[in-house]
Amino acid sequence: MVQEDQILDARGLNCPLPILRTKKALGELTSGQVLKIVATDPGAVKDFEAFAKQTKNPLLEHAEAAGEFIFFIQKA
Amino acid sequence: MDEKKLAIVATKGTLDWGYPPFILASTAAALGYGVEIFFTFYGLQLLKKDLSHLRVSPLGNPAMPMPVPMPTLMMVLPGMEGMATSMMKSKMKAKGVASLEELRELCVEAEVRMVACQMTVDLFEFDTADFIEGIELGGAAAFFEFAGESDITLFI
Repeated sequence: MVQEDQILDARGLNCPLPILRTKKALGELTSGQVLKIVATDPGAVKDFEAFAKQTKNPLLEHAEAAGEFIFFIQKA
Repeated sequence: MDEKKLAIVATKGTLDWGYPPFILASTAAALGYGVEIFFTFYGLQLLKKDLSHLRVSPLGNPAMPMPVPMPTLMMVLPGMEGMATSMMKSKMKAKGVASLEELRELCVEAEVRMVACQMTVDLFEFDTADFIEGIELGGAAAFFEFAGESDITLFI
């Protein structure tokens, strides 16, 4: 299991807010640190993959449990 | 210079059509794009400090989901537009969709360039003092200066 340095609660938020909040939260981390994001928007799965790919911040892991989507993104 | 660029022309001034320019602009900015939005005609309404006047109309909008099917003729009744607008606003809030003001603020924070079309500002006699801070005024040629270098150009 990946260990996070910071958690972002994006539950209840809809597109594009989870991505925008993630961008902001990553800005406060230093290179190599990991942000854990918890979201409920089903569109987030594809969006976070696309975000990671385009911003070159690796998506280390993602999981789904009880209607929640969890992502671990490492700041590049 | 390998920054990607997105140019948007925003031409609509209703509550529903105000969303796509700000959603796409803020997301593109989060992905590292340089973004400019050119506001013209009714799109200028999206630049006003106060956006509470924006409405969504069920009239001539047959694709808008209504709680009960209604004949088109009823859409002209007084209060229908107000009802549709408050319905949409409460639904958006319940679903965690950002308000237009919030999305616009995120665009401003992300340094999205916003340009108001000078010709239509004059045509409709908009008072630029009613617009949010940091808006530039420009014409079609100014738009192409940015759009010509853009990777994506959208007309909304």
